[in-house]
Parts: sequence; structure tokens; C-alpha cells
Amino acid sequence: MATGDVKLIGSWASVFVMRARIALNLKSISYEFLQETYGTKSELLLKSNPVHKKMPVLIHADKPVCESNIIVQYIDEAWSSYGPSILPSQPYDRAIARFWAAYVDDKWFIALRSILTARGEEEKKAAIAEVEERTDHLEKAFIDCSNGKPFFNGDHIGYLDIALGSFLGWWKVVELDASHILLDETKTPSLFKWAERFCNDPAVKPLMPETAKLAEFARKLFPKPEA
Amino acid sequence: MGETEEVRLLGVWFSPYAIRPKIALRLKSVDYDYVEEDLFGSKSELLLKSNPVHNKVPVLIHNNKPILESLNIVEYIDETWNASGPSILPSHPHDRAQARFWSAFVDDKWFPALKAAAITKSEEAKEKGMKEVEGGLLQLEEAFVSISKGNPFFGGEAIGFMDICLGSFVGILKAREKLKGEKLLDESKIPFLCKWANEFLSDDTVKNVVPEIDKVVEFLGELEVRAQSAVSKT
Repeated sequence: MATGDVKLIGSWASVFVMRARIALNLKSISYEFLQETYGTKSELLLKSNPVHKKMPVLIHADKPVCESNIIVQYIDEAWSSYGPSILPSQPYDRAIARFWAAYVDDKWFIALRSILTARGEEEKKAAIAEVEERTDHLEKAFIDCSNGKPFFNGDHIGYLDIALGSFLGWWKVVELDASHILLDETKTPSLFKWAERFCNDPAVKPLMPETAKLAEFARKLFPKPEA
Repeated sequence: MGETEEVRLLGVWFSPYAIRPKIALRLKSVDYDYVEEDLFGSKSELLLKSNPVHNKVPVLIHNNKPILESLNIVEYIDETWNASGPSILPSHPHDRAQARFWSAFVDDKWFPALKAAAITKSEEAKEKGMKEVEGGLLQLEEAFVSISKGNPFFGGEAIGFMDICLGSFVGILKAREKLKGEKLLDESKIPFLCKWANEFLSDDTVKNVVPEIDKVVEFLGELEVRAQSAVSKT
């Protein structure tokens, strides 16, 4: 696959961009990574995603594809004969994977983010409680989906692993910020072990940012209000 | 297949989200049992058991396995009964990505903006919200022209994924026009979408599935009264 054919607009720090990159790695697709500069949006980004003006944007043979989960599905379908399947093969398992991936974005991530934006201890405590409750749901989902195997998707990482796992860097950063463990070995043991396996997967390892670098970036993105 | 398929759909007559699987099941000629949930009463045991995370409709139960979230259900129906009826999702990966993109736009941006504008008490917020809704419709008009390529539907000659997604809201738009005089389906601004909306409503798979506009008008009016009396009670 010629490099010129596939481009990805994104940033090293973005969870959503990482999803696309993991998927491309799983399919062994080489691509040109167009790193956006923090604080500005490139002409190409604005042209390729005029509706949302957001990354990631995958450009394949000059056609843009937007929205991280849609990009991952596109990569799975466009390169279906390359590498392992990212979505499960059975319609029911696919529906389950899509359901929980939507839950991660619409419910779990919102709660995680609200820890970073919380004003005052009360708000922070409430946000932490919500994240813990929702992580508990994901622990149960993991047990159901994995069926004793190492990943949500079974033997290899797949759609739901990517959807949740891409948050692991930020998960650690938020833990540090909150001074509170959010991925607890005793409360959610399956997820805890899964997280380590996910981060060590060859498709993921080179992409996961260092916690210190990400924490520094987080301070820029979520500045603390003056005391 | 041979075995008896058990297909049940839990919904509420008014919900645009519940309309979606109904259309999909019609497209695939799948027989199913429909269970009407009580919108203002208590949720059934079956609903609470099938959707413990969100307690919401629609829920499709296929051979005792629950499938949740309307668009998820539509994709499931398309994949499970793939040999029957037209394909609901397009076949080319890029067209599928487009269909998913625009349906996410409708569900995550456009309809929430309409809902917020409809509920808000602030005139300023309402005006701003409605502008966003109208702007969204202009974007959808452009998308329709590009995707349909002269055909009657987003899906081409037959109804597809994006038609089901946006079409499920047409009843509400028409009802709001009757109730509020709000002309969102404005032929002078979005001529193609207006034509599409009428094609959609008169399609055989949709005709007896979407509720009658007058019934929706009555329901929306009732909702408003309830909302106002709730406010006056506090």
C-alpha cells in the first residue's frame, strides 16, 4: 500500500486519533501522519472536515473519513483482507461491541473528563464516584465480551478494546490529577490486567504517550482556575 | 433457516428511535412481536432486564438476545437478514462511512439542538438554537444532493440507513409545523430535502409505521401541558 494513498490528520495526545492509528497498525497500513499544531487548525483539516473541524481525519485516495469510531470501522472494511478483523464477525457480537463503544464515549469519557474540569472538592468527589460506577459496568462488559480470552474482542484487540484502551494514557493522567486510583486492581481486576495487555500490544505500544508528557499537556488544556 | 425465529421489539409509538427498527424490519420482511411500553407509567420487567444500563427503548430481542440503541439495531437487522430485501447500509466502505457520519451528525448534533431549542424558556437561546437547527438542515440538504446522485433517497432507489435515521424525525417536524407554525421543512431553503421527506413518508415500508401527524400534534401538545404543570408544581 503506497504511503501517499493514506494520510491521517491528528495529534500525538489525542485519544481519538490514537484509535485510527492503532487500527492502521493492526492492518499494517503505512500512512503519512500530519501532526496538527496545538492551538491552530490546518487548512487541510478545515477542508476535510468542514462540519466539525476536528481530528482525526483519515484521507484515503483523496476521500476524507471523519469521526474516530467511523474511521476504525472504515479501516476494517476497506482493508478487510489485511490483518485480523477489528469488528467481531457475528452480528450480535458486533452490536454489543458498538453499544459499549458508544457507552465509553457518551457516558464513561464524559465522567472522566468532568474530574479534570471539576471546581472544588465536592464536584471532584461526585465525578470520581461516577467514573467508578461506570468503570464497574465496563468490568462486567469485559467479562461478558471476552469469554475468558485476553481482550474484549477475544484473542486479538478489536473495536471495543481500541475504543476504551486508547484512553489509558489519559486515564493515568486523570488519576494523578485526582490523587485517586481510577483503575483499581481489586475493584476491577479483569480490566486492570486487560489494560496492561492492551498497552503492550505491538499495535499500541509505540503510540501510547508517556504519562509525564501527557500530564504536562493536560495542564495546558485544562488549566486550574486561580485559587 | 428452518428454525423459528423469535423477534420482539420494545418501543413506544411516539419515539422516532423506535420507528427506525420498525422500518428496517419491514424492509427485510421480518415478522415480529411488538410490545408497547407505557411512556408515562412504569417500565416493564422485560425492558429493565433487557436494557439494565439505560432502561430505554427501542430494544430488539432476537432469540432471547437483546440488542440496544436504534441505529445499532438497524445495522444488526441489516447484517442478520442480509439475504432478504435491499441492503440498508451502502456496500462501499466510503459510502458506509458517509452514512454513519451523517447519522451521527443527526443524532449527536442536529436533533439535540432542536430538542434544546424546543424546551428552553429563554427566547435568546431558542433563537440561537433554531438557527443551528436550520443551519444543520442546510448541511443535510447539501449532503443529500451529493449522496443521492439524483435518486429519491440517500440510499439511492430504495430507503437506506441515512433515510431511516433522518426520516424518523420528519413526523416531528411536520407536527411542529402544525402546532407551532414552525416551518423547518421550507421548500425555498431546502427543496431537495422537502421532496425527500414526502417520498419517505409515502414509501410502502414507512407508510403504516410512522404515526399519523395529527396524533403526534396532539401528543406534543399534551407533552407541553405536562411540562408546564410540572413547572407550576415546583
